[in-house]
Amino acid sequence: MSLPKSPPPIIRNPGTALDLDWVFAVQANTSAIERRCKSLPARRSVKKDNQAAWLLKAVSCIDLTTLSGDDTENRVRRLCRKAKYPVRSDLLYSLGFQPNSITTGAICLYHEMVSTAVTALKGSGIPVAAVSTGFPAGLSPYALRLGEIGESVKAGAQEIDIVISRRHVLSQNWQALYEEMKDFRDACGEAHVKAILATGELGTLRNVARASLVCMMGGADFIKTSTGKEKVNATLPVSLTMCRQIRDYHEKTGYMVGYKPAGGISKAKDAITYLSLIKEELGDRWLYPDLFRFGASSLLGDIERQLEHFITGHYSADYRHAMG
Amino acid sequence: MKVKDILETMDYGEAPESQDIALEWLKKNNAKFGLFINGERKLTTRRKFFETRNPATGKSLASICQAEQKDVDEAMQCARKAQTKWREMGGNARAKYLYALARIVQKHARLLAVVETIDNGKPIRESRDVDIPLVARHFYFHAGAAQLMEKEMPLHQPLGVVGQVIPWNFPLLMLAWKIAPALAMGNTVVIKPAEYTSLSALLFSELCTEAGLPKGVLNILTGDGRVGEMIVAHPEADKIAFTGSTNVGRKIRIATAGQQKELSLELGGKSPFIVFDDADIDSAVEGLVDAIWFNQGQVCSAGSRLFVQEGVAQVFHKKLKARMDKLRVGNPLDKSIDIGAIIDPTQRDAISLSVENGLKEGGNLYVGKNKLPDTGCFYPPTLITDVDPVSPLMQEEIFGPVLASTTFRTPSEAVALANNTRYGLAASIWTENINLALDIAPQVICGVTWINSANQFDASTGFGGRRESGFGREGGWEGLYAYAKPCHSPSKPLGKIEAKKGESYPEKNEIDRTPKLFIGGKQVRSDSGYSYPIFSNAGKEIGLVGRGNRKDIRNAVEAASAAKDWGKKTTHLRAQIIYYIAENLSSRKNEFAEKISAMTGRVHESAKEEVNHSIDRLFTYAAWADKFDGAAHGAPVRGVALAMNEPVGVIGIICPDECPLLGLISLIAPAIAMGNPCVVIPSEPFPLSATDLCQVWETSDLPNGVINLVTAKHHEIIDPLAGHMNVDAFWYFGSSGLSSNVEKISASNLKRTWVNQGLQRDWSGHLEGEGKEFLRQATEIKNIWIPFGE
Repeated sequence: MSLPKSPPPIIRNPGTALDLDWVFAVQANTSAIERRCKSLPARRSVKKDNQAAWLLKAVSCIDLTTLSGDDTENRVRRLCRKAKYPVRSDLLYSLGFQPNSITTGAICLYHEMVSTAVTALKGSGIPVAAVSTGFPAGLSPYALRLGEIGESVKAGAQEIDIVISRRHVLSQNWQALYEEMKDFRDACGEAHVKAILATGELGTLRNVARASLVCMMGGADFIKTSTGKEKVNATLPVSLTMCRQIRDYHEKTGYMVGYKPAGGISKAKDAITYLSLIKEELGDRWLYPDLFRFGASSLLGDIERQLEHFITGHYSADYRHAMG
Repeated sequence: MKVKDILETMDYGEAPESQDIALEWLKKNNAKFGLFINGERKLTTRRKFFETRNPATGKSLASICQAEQKDVDEAMQCARKAQTKWREMGGNARAKYLYALARIVQKHARLLAVVETIDNGKPIRESRDVDIPLVARHFYFHAGAAQLMEKEMPLHQPLGVVGQVIPWNFPLLMLAWKIAPALAMGNTVVIKPAEYTSLSALLFSELCTEAGLPKGVLNILTGDGRVGEMIVAHPEADKIAFTGSTNVGRKIRIATAGQQKELSLELGGKSPFIVFDDADIDSAVEGLVDAIWFNQGQVCSAGSRLFVQEGVAQVFHKKLKARMDKLRVGNPLDKSIDIGAIIDPTQRDAISLSVENGLKEGGNLYVGKNKLPDTGCFYPPTLITDVDPVSPLMQEEIFGPVLASTTFRTPSEAVALANNTRYGLAASIWTENINLALDIAPQVICGVTWINSANQFDASTGFGGRRESGFGREGGWEGLYAYAKPCHSPSKPLGKIEAKKGESYPEKNEIDRTPKLFIGGKQVRSDSGYSYPIFSNAGKEIGLVGRGNRKDIRNAVEAASAAKDWGKKTTHLRAQIIYYIAENLSSRKNEFAEKISAMTGRVHESAKEEVNHSIDRLFTYAAWADKFDGAAHGAPVRGVALAMNEPVGVIGIICPDECPLLGLISLIAPAIAMGNPCVVIPSEPFPLSATDLCQVWETSDLPNGVINLVTAKHHEIIDPLAGHMNVDAFWYFGSSGLSSNVEKISASNLKRTWVNQGLQRDWSGHLEGEGKEFLRQATEIKNIWIPFGE
């Protein structure tokens, strides 16, 4: 038995003209969004078999990530093995799956590690994502940022996680943000582009909402919350705000844009809350790795422990699961 | 389903809360419950029992005792007996009991939540996350209220024994709302839970025993409406507090008329939910989930009338329908359920019928694409668009998950639509423009307004309505005054004060003077065409006053309504005008004293004193006009709940006969200081001070219609004035013993009443003759919830 079939592939978002009337009409009422997010985890509870299935779903949507200055090729190869075999095979077997039937959504790393990962993952179908454009601050020379994308694509990265210029959002220069996004998209070519908004640095949810929309107009395939390096990373209010923009964009243009919360999601329970948020706000089609990813490094470990608990009835320990 | 299949469907599956411990509790009681009287729950023999059912399954849960008259008598007597000690132990001692109750509720939180859910049908998420935490919060808050009572409400005392009748939609929360403030203020209680939902109250009775609550302080009588009627009619009850339908509330108003009982009513509603075109539309849609699909829409403050600004109406409704489809309807014990069961099949049928009948008047029906369980009592989320104000769907309370919607063009049209209702409980206003939000909030006639939110509740913040949504507030400092009264309340009976008799005509050496009515700023003759003479103590005619009739009342109320802008004038301006009235009265002191003396036969010194008191009183309310501040409540949210003192509206006043000038001033001054236009009926035997005052008003810059005077025979005028639907409050202080009539007739539109109950008030003293009691009677508190955060 293998994973359920993926749904038909989506048509890539080509972007649209910049519609400033639309952008300025976007509102985000923080207190109301917070209230919705407060009640959401309590409104949807997933237990037993369903919980196990949801956790496997979460695994399949993880961008297993390492973004450290001390990354080495061996470290990356180890992580790639984990991406291929994220859950212990006996556990998968108990749940009715072949050992190699579930992988993470992607591997996410810096440019220098791309070719190592591409080699390590060859034949697995797991894409390699490279953070780019002067990640995390995005303040290196513009030409270099565009060039960095090209280099990573050449090295075999199928996904490019770009960072936007936060200053364009903070100064409400939507035209500049739109053009930057378009340029990045063009530089990616066939590779998919994920736009990191660094929401923790955008000041308000209204800015998050408007930046989300402008990036989608600029042709982003995914919009992503954070680099993981800001003080505040993925939160439910930010996620709700961004998902609502994805929904509106889909309603008006017909294009589906993916969503990737990143940073700070480390518990299995949180993963289920995020999945239910996606299910409620965007619908079931978004619950596949082509439209949803977790940017996370320690989430997988907690999910593995929860799965073992589900199967054995005993709380698990971290040393019982292979490290990445 | 296997894990693999679920991975494909990504269904939530079932996540049921266990009901084992709740069922054990029922079993321990043999699923049969007696009444809780004097600290004991006993299964009295020879009583009838009725079944309480789980609305989600239709299955019987337990047998509940139907109380009888002798039980009500016993409970009332026990409550009376317990009250002295309960009062005398002091606020600190009572605070300890209330604190214990708060803690014990928290300790048994899950059991209470499960019992509530199986008995009522509401989703476990709501009973667990909303109802029960608010119950605990209510006891905490009121433990504090008890603690502070002596210090912060020094001149107040408990009312005595309180009879309370509560509804089935929030069984334990309504019990907490009722008993916590009552007990805190030193009253004892006889309460009847709704017959559909007695279980949580009965479980709570065990918690009271656990808390060591003294016997008789709280008595719980179960049964149907007949038990409610017995409580309401019982002579031992000093106050009745009721939450429920407007129809029953009206019956209670009539039944308690003249019984010298305090009354507070929290009744139905048809609250507006207003969405402006600059609102965060997605959040507003989500707000509707809280407004109309909370507790299956069985909420008195449900936002059941949706008004959307035209420019965004299409988008809004599209999003709303999509949101409705996502709501999960089903087993209330399932943690992932948004909408649980309707309380009873009769209620569900009533909802269906309302929708069916309403649709005959037009409107487009949209029913959520929700899967309903095959059995049990459920109703899907329902939206009806393009509903006109004439439709019953816009006018009648449905008390179910049914939303009626229409569009508006301008802010003022939104306000007009919002206020086009007999109810006045709550409102939701959605806009990102704070200027707009805070402009609209005071204009909607209601007791609670939520900016960019809906159905927020907290013990610190008063809740209650206006118009036919009832009167009185529950929660906050304002709610405490529903269970306490001034220590210096009148107690001596007031006998009828007769007009002086006489025969002689006035001396013709003066120019004939005609005391007229004063309506809309003009001195006018009575429509009746009749007059009656006023004689001096010596039997000499000293004036011929108009005998006001129904039409004069109609005209006066019309003039007063047209003067409602008075309430929007600055408090500074109102203060200046009242000072000016005092100044102008002062310059005619002697003349007024002579007139009082002539009418009443009192010595000149005494009459002069009355005039001086009157001038002093005008100063008092000129002082208060710009100082009776609202409050910013400390609700546990990021935001503020602004308690604003608003005018009540048009107040009808029948003035005291004891002091023809001071009595009138003592009532009119606080009324107009707080912004209310009045229709004033002066003392019947001694009306000439009032008619003389017209000239004072005319020269004091008072806008037309703010004070309207109709001289009349009190018994003739009670009916048209107390029954007038456009009069918002009625004060009766005459000596003709008409308090009971006023209370009864006021049921027409459930206007607030304040009557002397045939007791004499010391108008010249500052304890009974003036003060905050008067200001509270002249104001409605509106709580405006303003959440913030960017």
